[in-house]
Amino acid sequence: MSGSVLEIKNLHVSIEDKEILKGVNLTIKGGEFHAIMGPNGTGKSTLASAIMGHPKYEVTEGSISLDGEDVLEMEVDERARAGLFLAMQYPSEISGVTTSDFLRSAINARREEGEEVSLMKFIKQLDKDLDFLEIDQNMATRYLNEGFSGGEKKRNEILQLMQLKPAIAILDEIDSGLDIDALKVVSNGINKMRNDEFGCLIITHYQRLLNYITPDFVHVMMQGRVVKSGGPELAKRLEEEGYEWIKEELGIEDETVEQNA
Amino acid sequence: MAKNMPEIEEYKYGFHDKDVSIFRTERGLTKRVVEEISNMKEEPQWMLDYRLKALEHFYERPMPQWGGDLTGLDFDEIVYYVKPSEKQGRTWDEVPAEIKQTFDKLGIPEAEQKYLAGVSAQYESEVVYHSLKEDLSDLGIVFKDTDTALKENEDLFKEYFGKVIPYSDNKFAALNSAVWSGGSFIYVPKGVETSTPLQAYFRINSENMGQFERTLIIVDEGASVHYVEGCTAPVYTTNSLHSAVVEIIVKKDAYCRYTTIQNWANNVYNLVTKRAVCDANATMEWIDGNIGSKLTMKYPAILLKGEGARGNTLSIAIAGKGQVQDAGAKMHHLAPNTSSTIVSKSISKQGGKVSYRGLVHFGRKADGARANIECDTLIMDNESYSDTIPYNEILNDNISLEHEAKVSKVSEEQLFYLMSRGLTEEEATEMIVMGFIEPFTKELPMEYAVEMNRLIKFEMEGSIG
Repeated sequence: MSGSVLEIKNLHVSIEDKEILKGVNLTIKGGEFHAIMGPNGTGKSTLASAIMGHPKYEVTEGSISLDGEDVLEMEVDERARAGLFLAMQYPSEISGVTTSDFLRSAINARREEGEEVSLMKFIKQLDKDLDFLEIDQNMATRYLNEGFSGGEKKRNEILQLMQLKPAIAILDEIDSGLDIDALKVVSNGINKMRNDEFGCLIITHYQRLLNYITPDFVHVMMQGRVVKSGGPELAKRLEEEGYEWIKEELGIEDETVEQNA
Repeated sequence: MAKNMPEIEEYKYGFHDKDVSIFRTERGLTKRVVEEISNMKEEPQWMLDYRLKALEHFYERPMPQWGGDLTGLDFDEIVYYVKPSEKQGRTWDEVPAEIKQTFDKLGIPEAEQKYLAGVSAQYESEVVYHSLKEDLSDLGIVFKDTDTALKENEDLFKEYFGKVIPYSDNKFAALNSAVWSGGSFIYVPKGVETSTPLQAYFRINSENMGQFERTLIIVDEGASVHYVEGCTAPVYTTNSLHSAVVEIIVKKDAYCRYTTIQNWANNVYNLVTKRAVCDANATMEWIDGNIGSKLTMKYPAILLKGEGARGNTLSIAIAGKGQVQDAGAKMHHLAPNTSSTIVSKSISKQGGKVSYRGLVHFGRKADGARANIECDTLIMDNESYSDTIPYNEILNDNISLEHEAKVSKVSEEQLFYLMSRGLTEEEATEMIVMGFIEPFTKELPMEYAVEMNRLIKFEMEGSIG
């Protein structure tokens, strides 16, 4: 057994009756790191939110399955407990709830009653992960994301990733707003997760994140679809030449979802 | 999103026990009822005279036409005095078995053993159990039921009784002054500080019962005390009335904290007048939690009359189905450099209505006074209501007043975020609500915070969807 399989087939997603995704096909297996790249407005974040089940996004066609189970039939929390994780671009602030209380609840949500993580074990692992991500210990006692800087919020998302150890993680622009040092730290956290059991979908529109995390597969999204896939060399070429050559190759004038090709 | 919603549990304290009362006045409020109460208690003539004057005032005074709807309150249907037992117990063994059972169910004797310095338990109209740890009485602290204090400490009693809240203050203060029974009397001598709280527990058992406890707390210079009260009642289809008067005197450099966790059944009208007076550099804190009742109208007040006096009110109010919480705070800045803080947290759900109604007054002498008001409301669904009604009276230019009001809903984004980490919708909602009231629960002693969290969880169950 080498991890889970997330299979997305012909996914169409609308928000307020406007179609954003127009037939996405993608398969992510345990042990694989996928990167989805593409300019702004091409549907990348919509894909991330739709996989996790954000109520604003309506799936109108297609399927998502995790190890053969129909993900679209699951509530958001069921998807999480089935092994999916979404590191969000704009994590919510939850006043009055400390980061550590929240984390412990989230860990215990995956466990049976009576099997809850012991406080000592939890604190030990939390301290370790905080150190690894170079996060000040006091973040654990601050209210979740409240008053956090952009960089702190991103580190906190990766902290949760490390603590919750999902089967498949989707990282939605985890690199946005990070300076180079923070980017390294966050990348270290993600790389530490790498093993045969863990699959990851990294959404970014900057190639620079991929200097620190080497993807196995690179996909380019335009007009709400995956228009090109390749290996790490594709990312390199995008960095050097931008997206214009792909648009030319495929005869695309406007890459955003606003246009119907 | 909603699924598998749990059944709404019954109000946990809604049980009632067999009536074991040994005396009760007839229904309705007459001069004879007042005389009977006073007579039963073998009171001095001056107290009877006071009661009768208050009764006159009660008759004359019109019903308040603001706040909540009081039309369901029928003064003729209420029993104003019920004596539950022959005498007051000093040990739980001396309390009639049926009544002790009630308090066992409520967990009072257990809590007393664990963390309370003194306990008073009132059942219907009288305090049936009372204790104070010996080391505290050795320090000169007086903690008694108010009736006993009138007998044993008459001079001290007479000096302060009715001085902070005269019977003419409002219709329900007049009512309480006419028929008051039970309540706590506390005197903390100069410089004496208590670290563990004194607790009073109020329980109504009878149907159509009126409970009118009267509490008087005097904290002498440099002394400090924390008093906690809790209240529950059985669920009946008819209405009961709880109308207390609480008067507090905080002298120079003294400190008093008064914590209430009110969890009356939702057939109880809770109409309470609470007021404290602070001398120079004294501090008064009302920590006021209103979870139960049909209608609560309560605005704990602080008169800051000495220079540098401080007042804090921290409250939460939760209004569910059929409930109205009309609560708030009053701060009167009557001296220079006084300061006050009001933090009000309200939650309405399932059609409940919660209002913050507050007054901040700056008198002519209030140079350099500061007040800070913060009202946060969380509305759980589209059928529930909230209102913020602040009044400010400013008679001095040299003051500072800040007011911040915020209304929020449990947002879709917050729920999505928490649920994406594996919490169910119910757990996620509960977490957001608990976070919202955290500024309140963190002020409670540990044991009460645990109890409070439990109560809120219980209240929130089934409130989604």
